[in-house]
Amino acid sequence: MLSLIVFLPLVGAVLALLAGGRGDRPEREPLVRNVALLTSLVTFAATLWLWWRFDPASADFQFVERYDWIRTFNIQYYVGVDGISLFLVVLTGFLTPLALLSSWESVHKGVKTFSFFILALETAMLGVFVSIDLFLFYVFWDAVLIPMYFLIGIWGYERRIYAAVKFILYTMAGSVLMLVAIIGLAYAHAQSNRAISFNLLDLYNVPLSPQMESWFFLAFTLAFIIKVPLFPFHTWLPDAHVEAPTAGSVILAGVMLKMGTYGLLRFSFPLFPEAASAFSPVLALLAVIGIVYGALVAMVQPDMKKLVAYSSVSHLGFVVLGLCAMNLQGVQGSLYQMLNHGVSTGGLFMIVGMLSDRRHTRLISEFGGLKAVAPRFVAAFLLITLSSIALPGMNGFVGEFLILIGAFKWSPRLTAVAATGVILSAVYMLWMFQRVNYGEVKNEKNRTLRDLTPREWALVVPTVAMAILMGVLPGIFLRPMEPAVTKVIERVKATQPARVSNGISGVPAGERTDNPLPNPEPPPSRAALRRDLAGAFAEAGRISSPGTKP
Amino acid sequence: MLLLIPLLPLVGFLVNASLGRRLPKSISGGVACAAMVASFIVSVVAALDLQAMHVESPALAQTVFTWLPSGDLQVPFALRLDNLSTLMILVVTGIGALIHIYSVGYMHEEPDSEYARYFSYLNLFAAFMLVLVLGASFPVMFIGWEGVGLCSYLLIGFYFKKQSASDAGKKAFVVNRVGDFGFILGMLLIFATFGTLDFQGVAAAAASRAPETAGMGVMTIATLLLFLGATGKSAQIPLHVWLPDAMEGPTPVSALIHAATMVTAGVYMIGRNAVLFSHAPLTLELIAAIGVATALMAGTIGLVQTDIKRVLAYSTVSQLGYMFLAMGVGAYAAGIFHLYTHAFFKALLFLGSGAVIHALAGEQDLRHMGGLKKHLPITYWTFLIGALAIAGVPLLSGFFSKDEILYRAFVGTEHAHGSAVLWAIASVTALLTAIYMFRLVFLTFHGERRAAHSAPGTLHPGTLHPGTLHPGTLHPGTPGTHGTLHDAPPSMAIPLIVLAIGSAVAGFVGVPHALGGSNSIERFLEPSFEVHATAESIPAGDAQAPAQAEGEHGEDVGTERMLMAISTGVAFAGIGIAAFFWLRNPERAAAVARQFSGPYRFLLNKYYFDELYDTLVVQPIKQVSTGALWKGVDAGLIDGGVNGVGAVVSGASAVLRRVQTGSVRTYAASLFLGAVAILGWYLWT
Repeated sequence: MLSLIVFLPLVGAVLALLAGGRGDRPEREPLVRNVALLTSLVTFAATLWLWWRFDPASADFQFVERYDWIRTFNIQYYVGVDGISLFLVVLTGFLTPLALLSSWESVHKGVKTFSFFILALETAMLGVFVSIDLFLFYVFWDAVLIPMYFLIGIWGYERRIYAAVKFILYTMAGSVLMLVAIIGLAYAHAQSNRAISFNLLDLYNVPLSPQMESWFFLAFTLAFIIKVPLFPFHTWLPDAHVEAPTAGSVILAGVMLKMGTYGLLRFSFPLFPEAASAFSPVLALLAVIGIVYGALVAMVQPDMKKLVAYSSVSHLGFVVLGLCAMNLQGVQGSLYQMLNHGVSTGGLFMIVGMLSDRRHTRLISEFGGLKAVAPRFVAAFLLITLSSIALPGMNGFVGEFLILIGAFKWSPRLTAVAATGVILSAVYMLWMFQRVNYGEVKNEKNRTLRDLTPREWALVVPTVAMAILMGVLPGIFLRPMEPAVTKVIERVKATQPARVSNGISGVPAGERTDNPLPNPEPPPSRAALRRDLAGAFAEAGRISSPGTKP
Repeated sequence: MLLLIPLLPLVGFLVNASLGRRLPKSISGGVACAAMVASFIVSVVAALDLQAMHVESPALAQTVFTWLPSGDLQVPFALRLDNLSTLMILVVTGIGALIHIYSVGYMHEEPDSEYARYFSYLNLFAAFMLVLVLGASFPVMFIGWEGVGLCSYLLIGFYFKKQSASDAGKKAFVVNRVGDFGFILGMLLIFATFGTLDFQGVAAAAASRAPETAGMGVMTIATLLLFLGATGKSAQIPLHVWLPDAMEGPTPVSALIHAATMVTAGVYMIGRNAVLFSHAPLTLELIAAIGVATALMAGTIGLVQTDIKRVLAYSTVSQLGYMFLAMGVGAYAAGIFHLYTHAFFKALLFLGSGAVIHALAGEQDLRHMGGLKKHLPITYWTFLIGALAIAGVPLLSGFFSKDEILYRAFVGTEHAHGSAVLWAIASVTALLTAIYMFRLVFLTFHGERRAAHSAPGTLHPGTLHPGTLHPGTLHPGTPGTHGTLHDAPPSMAIPLIVLAIGSAVAGFVGVPHALGGSNSIERFLEPSFEVHATAESIPAGDAQAPAQAEGEHGEDVGTERMLMAISTGVAFAGIGIAAFFWLRNPERAAAVARQFSGPYRFLLNKYYFDELYDTLVVQPIKQVSTGALWKGVDAGLIDGGVNGVGAVVSGASAVLRRVQTGSVRTYAASLFLGAVAILGWYLWT
């Protein structure tokens, strides 16, 4: 069933291509669009079914499917859903139809390929969230890039090529290192267990030397924090967002950025707990810088899309901060904030898209006084803005509050700085809201802007309803998350001393004494890094010798 | 049943928000008023139920559902009614209902859709305010706390086409968020320390600790953070700057939100957590100092303002300062008592000023009023009662509550010391209050009408904003707004009369022992400020406190009577001074202003707080964000670095151009292969 959900969009994508027929057939556009939309809606329904059948008391993977794939390397098609991935799957299902609808009228060039890429992207994203095999995960992870690259590059705005290339190079740079680490980890498993494995559940228990662990951690984490994006790796994001078509922005902000934070929670932290605890102060510091920095830079943006993009940097800083705290409220809050950000920032991009469709500009200064012209649109704008600035009773508050509660237990000072984001988010969002919607209509072109169309109602109503549902009844989301989150936290916390006592296989205990174990002093200097890297690779070589040559 | 109290206005909001544009005014206004009146009735029933319990500390509680479940943090959406919140819900729903009814008349010139929008916001405000008051824990209170801030934002910016109105709304929200930052951190610290966010749980946990008499303990820091939240919501120094600007909203809004209810939320929050604050004497001292300083500062500014609503706004800030002074000396009951009487007379004064503004087609400048007494008799007499009450004239409501505060400021309580200095500053403020209030009365209603001859269109341009949605100015031709002046129509007059009666008699619930009364309000409220022994709670540490308070009564009757006599003299002196300058010798006031032009300008410009914040905070942040962060770090440093690497790579690859296909897919593939190759080399050698 899970595979069906994952690959249903891909099937729909092919159907959309076929429905479009050969060449450019504008008369078939409605058919293509309807096929695509229907597919995405059925997928969403299926993800809801998944939620319905999910056992909220269990911390384990459910709906598991496992087949051999590449037997030589023991690579498997191994998928499943637990409380951590469940709602990201639902979120993907929720946002894809909205994304398709949001570009319904602005995309006319190559509708069938456009629909194809969106749906193919959905399959790849779902695959990322359900993979338990690391190789499979990596395949989906990189598969995500391709459709997004074309979505930005073909259907984007003026500087789309620059943005698309910047996007793909930035993220590729990170993911290549991750690939190295994945393979390295699989071989480390081979050393200790006499068999290679890409199975995440096996790899959780692989003993690693501290250097290896640090390097693997950094390789994974770099890939993830570029995706998040964490300050200072964020500069691809504003460009990608500004140039992407609305649908691309919705998916990019709504789902793709969460792949990074999901990766931290699923892989970086539990696979490498000691390195994680050593480096999490650095990550948290970067996250807090990102919260404040993103908000300040968002405040002065003249372009609405850029403003929302920088606000994402700020909001995702909260997510990373909560993860670094590694306690129940922090991690649950982070997970919740991932969903919130998908709903509210996805919603904001839809709103900006509506303005951009009408006026073909996204500059704040071009607008003003819209409340008198399009009151329903402005009401929707306001509700989504409130969700974004974390008004209690809406979704954003639940996430931020839990993160702050969790982070405060861990580091009150960083949390106090992070909490200034509460003030700043109100400043940049309300300032934009005021300049766009209040005052007199100054630009004649705005005098005749139409209010929400039925299609736009279909975008706004689910988004706002979800924002309020998540704000009023967070329990229905938090409860199924709790067991899996608890399990991850236990794994991160518990394996720290265990691994120390375990020692490092293949290395005589005497050699380890000069290496004090969990390195509490982040970040290592550059020279130290180089030394460590050399050591790690040398060690990897040494470990390999008894295993591969028995 | 408790849930019904905020739910009814919420339903009113939903009706008006969804269908309002299509409804005629009679229905949209009627729904909103009915919701409030119904909520008031339910509140009264709940209050009677509570009093029928006949226990020492009666309380009703209702847990609706578990709102935030996350491990050891379990926040139920729970409401709780005790004596303190009873008083508050009666004020909110009672005065709220009156102001809703008043609004029916005041806003009738708005188009249907705006009318419905107005009432939907007003209902939503009431719902949030009631959640704030009834919430049994910090997070539930915070729902209301931020919710009323939102409604305040929306209602201040109600005339959204006007730049100053939307600016004021945004300023209110942002300044409040600065306070909320403190509130949130306070919550975090409390949860980290006590492991609960439930008010009763926190109070019990705090009571089990010794008061932090020396140094900055956890409770001191937590209460300081919460107090920051209170200064934002209740417009105290340094976050008072938003309230005067909030007068951009429709006048009934100023009466309800920015005088009677929302702005008192900070005072209420301290009262709600009295046990915690009592354990942080350092915080209490600061609260008293900030309170009295705010009271004095706002009083001096109120002396020179020329906009009728701004005078009242500064008066509100000043009176709120009084309430904080009471809280700061540990006289929680006195602070809440003043909150309650202030709700009557300040709502009355605002609504009265609204009736004046309404009659004068939007005119708000005192310099263009005068002589309205004979044209607006109902407004005049009710306004006069309000002014006498706030000035502290004996036997009116303000007299009792203010005297209780002055007395407590002088002698202190078991929680904090009083001092002659606090008392003296508060008394000077009382004098100022009497002066600026009667300046307002005389300039508005007495003498000759100074702009009677000019047509509405030629009124002072600075105060009458052409083209705005101010009632009356929207339809300049509407009969009844000029020509002959009309007093308030019934829907406005009835609330004025009811509030005037309230302002006169509301104080009799708190007649002090010194005047032979029983100070029943204090006895009524006192249980809410104490911890009540439940099975597992703390050994009695506060047992000696009430006894000590009893002991003070006997010897202090004399002091209290003396202080009372002084403040009565002060009230009449203030009225006399006002009469001298603005009734008998109008030119003398101007002469004094000329003579002391420096201080006068300082006051007129509100101590230059706005300019100070703009120079020190707003502009630097904007400039740093644009210049240093965005253009510097982001575009220059990071992207410069990234593009620089790109340039180096592309330079080097000019040599290798032949293998470059220009296809990103090929690059990706070669990156992938390269990575595998490198790793493979390390692993197999």
